[in-house]
Amino acid sequence: MDLTPTSEEQAFRDEVRSWLEANHPGPEPEGDDSAKFEFQRHWQSELHEAGWAGISWPKDYGGRGATLVEQAIFSEEMPRSRAPRPANVLGLVMGGPVVIAHGDEDQKERFLEPILSAEEIWCQGFSEPESGSDLASLKTKAVAENGGWRVTGQKVWTTFAHEAKWCMLLARTDPDAPKHKGLTYFILDMEQDEVDLRPLRQITGEAEFNEIFMEGASVPDENVVGGVGNGWMVGITTLMHERAGLGAASAVALRRDLDDLVALIQERGLADDPVIRDRVARLQVAAEALRLGGLRTLTQTMRTGIPGPEGSLAKWQWADANQELTELATDVLGPGGLERSEWSYKFLRSRANSIEGGTTEVMKNIIAERVLGLPRLR
Amino acid sequence: MDFGFNDEQQEIQRTARDFLSARFTPEKVRELAESHTYDDSLWREICELGWPGIAIDEEHGGQGLGMIELVILCEQLGYACAPTPFLSNAAAGLMIDAVGGDEQRERRLAGIASGEARGAAAFTPEESPIVPDAEGAAVLALPEADGVRLVEAAGAEIEPLELIDATRAYARVSANGGDSMPGDPPAGVDRVAVAVAAELTGVAQRAMEMAVEYAKEREQFGRPIGAYQAVSHRCAKMLLDTEEARSLTYYAGWVADAERDSLPMASAMAKARASDAAWEVTASALQVLGGIGFTWEHDLQFLLKRARATGQLWGTSGQYRERIADLVGLAAEEPVAG
Repeated sequence: MDLTPTSEEQAFRDEVRSWLEANHPGPEPEGDDSAKFEFQRHWQSELHEAGWAGISWPKDYGGRGATLVEQAIFSEEMPRSRAPRPANVLGLVMGGPVVIAHGDEDQKERFLEPILSAEEIWCQGFSEPESGSDLASLKTKAVAENGGWRVTGQKVWTTFAHEAKWCMLLARTDPDAPKHKGLTYFILDMEQDEVDLRPLRQITGEAEFNEIFMEGASVPDENVVGGVGNGWMVGITTLMHERAGLGAASAVALRRDLDDLVALIQERGLADDPVIRDRVARLQVAAEALRLGGLRTLTQTMRTGIPGPEGSLAKWQWADANQELTELATDVLGPGGLERSEWSYKFLRSRANSIEGGTTEVMKNIIAERVLGLPRLR
Repeated sequence: MDFGFNDEQQEIQRTARDFLSARFTPEKVRELAESHTYDDSLWREICELGWPGIAIDEEHGGQGLGMIELVILCEQLGYACAPTPFLSNAAAGLMIDAVGGDEQRERRLAGIASGEARGAAAFTPEESPIVPDAEGAAVLALPEADGVRLVEAAGAEIEPLELIDATRAYARVSANGGDSMPGDPPAGVDRVAVAVAAELTGVAQRAMEMAVEYAKEREQFGRPIGAYQAVSHRCAKMLLDTEEARSLTYYAGWVADAERDSLPMASAMAKARASDAAWEVTASALQVLGGIGFTWEHDLQFLLKRARATGQLWGTSGQYRERIADLVGLAAEEPVAG
């Protein structure tokens, strides 16, 4: 056991750090959502030109072929420098890896490069109004027609749908098969009349998400990924990538926010308050447990090659800690802290953390069944 | 960056688990707890394995390994809930090694490493502190307001104490005189906290396994109770508690040898988390076991009581969180003059 970075790891961190220092685009524009998105798109194209987009992707597909440790270092340094998020984060973290893992050569040729450059934005069409945690029960159907498919149904909680060219779509292609077996993973072109969008305003007041309505939208055969009927397996890859990618970055973001909160508590003269001290100490323990658990998982993955279900533990820890942190921040600020501010935004936004990307209850189910081996109720 | 045990450490872990599960069977633990005794022949076997000297320098008769190796042993001893004076002897060794002068180390560590002249240590400066395993020890390390004092056990007043935890011998100690140790007490106390956190992590792991095993077998309403989320989610929380304690404890063990500046924070986090985890997991396991877990007949009681006593004894989680708050930057500010 040795947590000291190797000289290669340290050199990589220094390289990332100095590149970010020299190329940091400054704070994101506030207010105008589409200006903010264009800012993030431009930022990603700069990352891409310097070889920092898709760093986990193999070199053959335009990535950097970085090791797991290098990926973790990069994911730490981005939030640490308060760099903006790249515009096409879903394409980079989920869409691209799925095409690399399950796509054919033509699909790799067609889709990967524009993901990296942020020329084509990706969104994810999994959840439906009646299929949230029970994702496999989804009803959007795709019917084969003249060498292609016609898709009809509704998706919800679709991030970036209004900016997206492509949608990772799970649809039912065999209504008679058992629910996990009748699904297919498609890449749907969002730029067609049969696809309609409605922004979904959330409790923060903004509309990060959309609803998608599809009325006979067409998808050509060549946009089926991983074969007809294999959608569940392909989709699960997406979610594993989502949770695995969360670890390092979320621990650093939590650390950064906790440091800000400690400074705020000092500023307000509350450093002696025993209740606040205890809550801060609990958050410190939680933030470090999350960071160190991530490092343990990383070592495990490097030794065995399998990420394992521990990502579910990290997702749960992070959601709890982030909610507790923002609750404490608003308690420190008092009612005035509930004015429109960065903290009041973070406070409200954190309520989604235990729902998005799999609810905490689903995480507990995964841990109970797949780590502890407890029987399934269903 | 490698957050896992190397081959040698894995071997130590395997050997410890095999040895302890063979010697400290549930029947043996119960027999020792019910009679409030240790088994001297088992202690001799432990000494022959060289465990008491694992983290003590070779020049003092130890194995010259580090905190990580000690952490591995303590975790397995907690898992077995083994009634032995191992932890208190190790605590005395850590205190004398880190806080003692050359002469004190020279004179005391060999006996602690061989287990033939055991040590025991208190944690907080008190008039008559509770010292686990003071009876039968040769030397006692007693923290005071401004240092740590070494006392011959023979000259101390040692009054046995029956705490709820019968898997360890406790005593109240009053002693005068002795030599003060010249070093900085936290250097020793912080290491002790890491060893204790390791034992608590092992206790939590064992209780979780008991609860999960029972939840798979026990049927009510026609199903194993582990199929109900009220039970399975409780078990998932046990895993979260145990793994957080483990991550923080292993980290603190590594820090103690490799990155000493981080030790005060790392050890406080490990002990705070492990104290809470061991209590919450054992208490939650009792709830999963239901009535049977509340009976004298079931072995969970030994873990639950050990968790509570050990969690309290070398500093409560609240005391450690108070320290964490200081270290994270919430130190009380000096009033500005003028």
